[in-house]
Amino acid sequence: MLSVDPGSVPAAGVPASPPVFASAPLLRVEGLCRSFGGLLAVDDVSFSVMPGQIKAVIGPNGAGKTTVFNIISGILRPDSGRILFSDVPIAGLPPFRVGELGISRTFQNLSLFPNMTAIENVMVGCHCRTCCGVVASVLRLPRHYREERAIRDAAEKHLAAVGMADKAGVSVASLPFGQRRLVELARALATQPRLLLLDEPASGLNTRETGDLARIIRQVRDTGVTVLLVEHDMSLVMDVSDSILVLNYGKPVTEGPPAEIRNDPQVISVYLGGDFGSAAD
Amino acid sequence: MLSGVAFVATVVGLQLLTAATGRGYYLTQLTMAAYYTTVVMGLCLVMGYAGQISLGHGAFFAIGGYTSAYLTTLDLSGWAAKGVGLTLRKAGVLVARQDLYGGECLGVTPWLAFAAAVCLTAAVAFVIGYPALRLKGHYLAMATLGFGLIVYRLVLGTERLGGADGISSVPAWKILPGLDVCGRSVCRIQNYYVAFALAGLTLFMVLNLVNSRTGRALRSIHGGELAANAMGINTAQYKLKVFLISAVIAAVAGCLMTHYNGAIGPSESGAMKSVRYVALVAAGGMANVWGALVVGGALEFLSLRGCFGSADHAVFGLILILIVALVPEGPLRPLGRGVVRLFRAVTGRAGA
Repeated sequence: MLSVDPGSVPAAGVPASPPVFASAPLLRVEGLCRSFGGLLAVDDVSFSVMPGQIKAVIGPNGAGKTTVFNIISGILRPDSGRILFSDVPIAGLPPFRVGELGISRTFQNLSLFPNMTAIENVMVGCHCRTCCGVVASVLRLPRHYREERAIRDAAEKHLAAVGMADKAGVSVASLPFGQRRLVELARALATQPRLLLLDEPASGLNTRETGDLARIIRQVRDTGVTVLLVEHDMSLVMDVSDSILVLNYGKPVTEGPPAEIRNDPQVISVYLGGDFGSAAD
Repeated sequence: MLSGVAFVATVVGLQLLTAATGRGYYLTQLTMAAYYTTVVMGLCLVMGYAGQISLGHGAFFAIGGYTSAYLTTLDLSGWAAKGVGLTLRKAGVLVARQDLYGGECLGVTPWLAFAAAVCLTAAVAFVIGYPALRLKGHYLAMATLGFGLIVYRLVLGTERLGGADGISSVPAWKILPGLDVCGRSVCRIQNYYVAFALAGLTLFMVLNLVNSRTGRALRSIHGGELAANAMGINTAQYKLKVFLISAVIAAVAGCLMTHYNGAIGPSESGAMKSVRYVALVAAGGMANVWGALVVGGALEFLSLRGCFGSADHAVFGLILILIVALVPEGPLRPLGRGVVRLFRAVTGRAGA
């Protein structure tokens, strides 16, 4: 039900996506570096994300996870390194171009538009897949009405997919935190991404909400969207990810499936501090 | 649709009221208030929706007005006797008018002057807005504040633009046969309707624009520019686009009001005029085009009637301070809620 029906909203101005083969990575990050003043926040990070994968990036606070996300989504420029999104170099592109190409994201501290309702927030997500401009809207041309209806339908569908259909007309400023997270997720999905970046999606959620989130993330993946997430909640990470990348002080420590990472002595020492139980809560 | 009917009914009603009470001279101030309110509604688009503050809308109004005034009051009769000038005159680009002493002058047709005013304003707004709007934050406010002061000083110091006196004896603009934009008292009623037609058109355009894909994009920029950008919205381009639209609306109003008054002076580009437009957008409730129209129209009318006396500018400054401090969402919505609550309390008691 999360499926993004390409017929409902015309993908105007967006090049048709090339066929993706399971063997070729959807996202390839090569030798990424970025420093802030004297601090090397991201130091020679390389990894790739295969299509259809759920990949997690973990690491202690300040390990550079969010910086990596901000570079991929175009908010920050890398000092050096390459980012290839289905073989298109995207490093240094402005965020809206990256969004148009099919990478969407959520934010660690939520970044909804507080002056709008839930459905309007999600409708903004449809922006880059629609095309009506100033003239069509001011003159109320037929295609304005057609497109508005398609946008509203798509937004309702995405809200329903995260279980927020009944909150469509509510101002997001008055929604509880957990529901705002879901609206933000629906907004990201409305951009019809091929790669979805989730920055600490479980922070601020209770156990039940985190469980729901895991289910939604899997559903999203099952509709063909590749997911890359940064997360501190180990139960969620171990539950949903196919592969985990561990960062420490901006450097990659190791990479592998959850079972392997869980028992990796290197990970336990640098990240879990030798005590897995206390880090998992 | 319903709101359109309400608008037309109010405009016609006001005119009939002035006629019935023998206060036809109020129409002059109402007409000018309509032009000023048009600027306020345009600014509402930039401030209330896109969240960018422009302190240069007085200057855009003045650029529109001065361009029209300058081009239409030129005397090209010597030059237009032969060659290119004669051709232009035959093509209707140059039109004859009577000067103060009954002689004939040749000036640019108001239509071409109007087109030039719009193009010049758009070009200037582009030059100001392009660098300032690529940055996040209130760079537009600073850029436009400086720009407004420069325009004021330029106008004041340029002899060809009349210096402190401004340009007067601007000819009438014959928009349609029998419909002149000019200050003659026989044209007062038709000019009242011309001005409110422009205000109504602006209202219609702005409302259509804000309730659309573009409007959502603008509001999302206001709500969170970074997130809007990450959702695939070219924020810099939208901010520039809406700033240009808004500046052109101000210029159109300036152009028409200059023909209506037959004159324009440097005070139109003064910083206090720009602050006044900002205050009126805030008083209307920021993202509230109707509020901008109603509050802007009413306060401008009172100001033009001289109700605020010599404290005119101070009143608008005070309004801005009070709004920001006490009712950031503007006075209309809380007022409306209060009325509803009062109504419920009264009817509730009556029912009990």
